[in-house]
Amino acid sequence: MALTLAEKIVARAARRTHVTPGEIVTCAVDLAMIHDSGGPRRVAPILKRFGVGLWDPSKVVLISDHYVPAADDETRRIGEVTRKFAAENKLAGFYDSEGICHVVLPERGHLKPGMFVVGGDSHSPTGGAFGAYMFGIGATEMAGVLATGEIWLTVPETIEIEWRGTFGPCVVAKDVMLFLCGQLGMEGGRTQAVHFRGDAIRALPMQERMTLSNMTAELGGQTGLCDPDETTAAFIRAAGAEPGDVARWQSDPDAMPAECLRFDASALTPQVAAPHSPANAAPVADHGAVKIDVAHIGACTGAKIVDLRMAASVLKDRKVDPSVSLLVAPASHRDQEAAASDGTLQILVDAGATLLPNACGMCAGYNGTLEENVTCISSIARNFKGRMGTASANIYLGSPYTVAASAVRGRISDPREMLS
Amino acid sequence: MSANHGRAFVYGDGINTDMLAPGIYMKHPIATIAQHCLESVDPDFVRTVKPGDVLVAGQGFGIGSSREQAAEALKYLGVAAVLARSYGGIFYRNALNFGLPVLVCSEVDQIGAGDLVRVDPATGAVHNKTRDVTLKASPLPQFLLDMISDGGLVPHLEKRFAAKRAAAAL
Ligand code: SF4
Repeated sequence: MALTLAEKIVARAARRTHVTPGEIVTCAVDLAMIHDSGGPRRVAPILKRFGVGLWDPSKVVLISDHYVPAADDETRRIGEVTRKFAAENKLAGFYDSEGICHVVLPERGHLKPGMFVVGGDSHSPTGGAFGAYMFGIGATEMAGVLATGEIWLTVPETIEIEWRGTFGPCVVAKDVMLFLCGQLGMEGGRTQAVHFRGDAIRALPMQERMTLSNMTAELGGQTGLCDPDETTAAFIRAAGAEPGDVARWQSDPDAMPAECLRFDASALTPQVAAPHSPANAAPVADHGAVKIDVAHIGACTGAKIVDLRMAASVLKDRKVDPSVSLLVAPASHRDQEAAASDGTLQILVDAGATLLPNACGMCAGYNGTLEENVTCISSIARNFKGRMGTASANIYLGSPYTVAASAVRGRISDPREMLS
Repeated sequence: MSANHGRAFVYGDGINTDMLAPGIYMKHPIATIAQHCLESVDPDFVRTVKPGDVLVAGQGFGIGSSREQAAEALKYLGVAAVLARSYGGIFYRNALNFGLPVLVCSEVDQIGAGDLVRVDPATGAVHNKTRDVTLKASPLPQFLLDMISDGGLVPHLEKRFAAKRAAAAL
């Protein structure tokens, strides 16, 4: 029986030879990722109720990124609870203030193709970029996983989204996802497995694929898979781990996805989503008159080293408009070091950027918020009302290219006009 | 779940989590949130629903946010089961994890408001006593039935680990 990649991984985790979309199975979890917000402080009391510890600490990774750095007594307490949990359990990894969970997890070699992984965070589909079935669950379900190592799952249908051809200049993964949110809406993924395919996707570096998979959350998909290949294997090796059997974790050639959507990569242009939903996406030209006060490059989806380099290519030898504050929060400590050593960081600083800690920070208003009534363009994943901590703010979303171009011009701008 | 028939409350497509657990009440306890469940769709719902009644709807029941209170409110009001053509995925997980049977049923148009229906989650049989027909819904596997009868994921695991400890102590 021909299986899609999603079905293959779920079948393996369910200890079955095959599975059919719609049936409910119990899966063994290969890895569970938790962070300081939804992790120890929420799951420890439930585990206590159960009267058990972790089913297998060597399959649990804990990352502090939401309340980092601590800003008050409450966040200091959360940091302590988190560190205590790490000290009491011999975890597969504990990364304190090293960067944002979805970026740090693969960067430290914890993901490989074929794994079945749960994360205590809604952007957990990011792991799908590595050909792992990774998805987000709430704290209660996470406590169940941490106690038993198992979770029930409705076998998902697979929705293939194929991009053929070549993306034009300044058109990147963020534009793809904003465009798809605009076309399909935020339920477009129907809680199924979204599978990104086609030569345009294969040509993307790992961190760009991670942006696609990450924002599958905005599409409402359970996970967002990319086909593992040499690019995947090389990234995992560079992270100091072994990629395993990459050839095994591919869809069978005659597997039948429930739906297959095809798009022409060369026809896509830079996209911007207007407040207050990623589904309000349109070509950047539609928002050209909008003046901005803040340009923000941050979050798991928008401040990795590839993202910082995009911004730097626009900002090189330019200055941010005096009416705009450009805020940059590199997604991980390692990516910040990479940006420091290749000159990227210096370009950003010379252009007038203010550097923020390697953490979620303003993304969810956890640490720092926008001021009242400002208009901001950001590279984060969602722009719901109040997302960056201030309900009166207007948040537009765009790629790091578009955010940087807008910072220079003081209004939402097409980066292609500045890079030719 | 009960042996008795409950009355059907029938709604259309797209009943979302904001209708089930309105955002403005989210800071309140579940008892308060439940008093406003579905008020924007059917102001009489909370006043008339009785334990054992059944909710019937079309496509995308529970789409929207991940708030668990959308499922918890229905459970709190004593709703015995939900039948719908399809569900929002997060709501679907939350409902079962809260011990609320939610079944996929493509024959919901054979149920009218106020009909007396009984749902058997183990077989997927839906008996409409008022019209004297039996409809098919997709049944739930045994391990989820066990979880539901224990009252949801947390009580279920609590029981499971307590049983393990008791066995080990023998
Ligand atoms: S950076 Fe934003 S989207 Fe990413 S994990 Fe943190 S809060 Fe969530």
